[in-house]
Amino acid sequence: MSSVFTLSQAAKEEILLKELSALTEHHRENCEPYARILAANGYRNATSVEGLPWLPVRLFKNLELKSIPDDEVYKVLTSSGTTGGEVSKIYLDKAAAAEQTRKLGATVQSVLGPKRLPMILVDTKAMLKDRKSFSARGAGVLGMSNFGRNHVWALDNEGHVDVEALKGFLEQYGKEPFLIFGFTYLVWLHLYEVALDNGLDLSNGILIHSGGWKKLVDQAVSPEEFRKRLAAVGLTQVHNYYGMIEQIGTIFLEGASGGSLYCPDFADVVIRDPETWAEQPVGKPGLIEVISTLPTSYPGHVLLTEDLGVVHGVDDGDWPGKRFSVLGRLPRAEARGCSDTYREAA
Amino acid sequence: MSNLQRLREAFRTSLDLPADAPVDDLQYQDNEKWDSLAHMSLVAALEDEFSVMIDTDDVINMSSFTEAVNILGKYGVDFNE
Repeated sequence: MSSVFTLSQAAKEEILLKELSALTEHHRENCEPYARILAANGYRNATSVEGLPWLPVRLFKNLELKSIPDDEVYKVLTSSGTTGGEVSKIYLDKAAAAEQTRKLGATVQSVLGPKRLPMILVDTKAMLKDRKSFSARGAGVLGMSNFGRNHVWALDNEGHVDVEALKGFLEQYGKEPFLIFGFTYLVWLHLYEVALDNGLDLSNGILIHSGGWKKLVDQAVSPEEFRKRLAAVGLTQVHNYYGMIEQIGTIFLEGASGGSLYCPDFADVVIRDPETWAEQPVGKPGLIEVISTLPTSYPGHVLLTEDLGVVHGVDDGDWPGKRFSVLGRLPRAEARGCSDTYREAA
Repeated sequence: MSNLQRLREAFRTSLDLPADAPVDDLQYQDNEKWDSLAHMSLVAALEDEFSVMIDTDDVINMSSFTEAVNILGKYGVDFNE
């Protein structure tokens, strides 16, 4: 099975340093606010991946950052994030849009293989009613639906579980591998409990799920508990992923044995001390910086998120490279300072 | 009906275009009817019409009518009959 999880950390850093340094120059030349930020930072060049200049992800809510002329803008993606109000704007040209779809495809095929599988979408079709403006949730579901066939929606238009549809699907396709996609809390609320109550056999399912753990943490469900409970209804092939609209096409995917997210060959993470910004050693939590070669039409190739995470190990897991977990969000107040500094510089 | 005509029909039906709409020059997302949602129905319609199972990469790469002809050709659909 072709995979995008192949490079050891050393090999990856060598490639990424070269590609991302070039990308940094590309954005410096083509995005004026970005050039001003680099000048204010005193950035010249990087000798390590960790040394590449990062932008706080929040900056995409404050500034129009793009490295393409207006007439080459093909798609503008927006996300309001979790705190509402401000909206991130991400500008894609045709090349960047096509590349992000291809790379997402390659990443997901690393666990699914090249064939599209019958697919359960743990969501409702109603959310796609307005075709012009999907929510981030709608866009996520649509993006993933490419990897499946014979799709069935697990929820009806009112958001109730359609048990008959699920039973029908499993009768027809449940004997062979099938794909399940949904947001983590929807899977928990609507698939796990319903499968348990109705004795549905999900043992041939491969679950890919995403979306913050916050709603589950409120119910005191940890990622470990989530996996354990799903295994009780036969669902043992489970892959969580972490990704954001500001680096669309790049997802960090949970390995087969669970508990860790892995970086595809074209991406990486650096965990930073929230006070000194220095890189944290393995095992020490900090802010997650996400790095990807995909953002070519906007300077989103090195982004400091507001999420806390920790690297568990390097080259010692299901796939090579760093393996890490997302621990939650940094309280809003603590992150504000750095973004304001950047706004002034820009 | 020739395979090419069947393909044109499948495009018109899936993308909700008029019966006489020209489709041979269509590009994904240049026509407002061919969005990601319609793409799903289109792929399903092509699979039904030509009894093929299209792989993920081909779904992703099917970015124009011409590309659909090429991809279906790989699956043994003959458009030169």
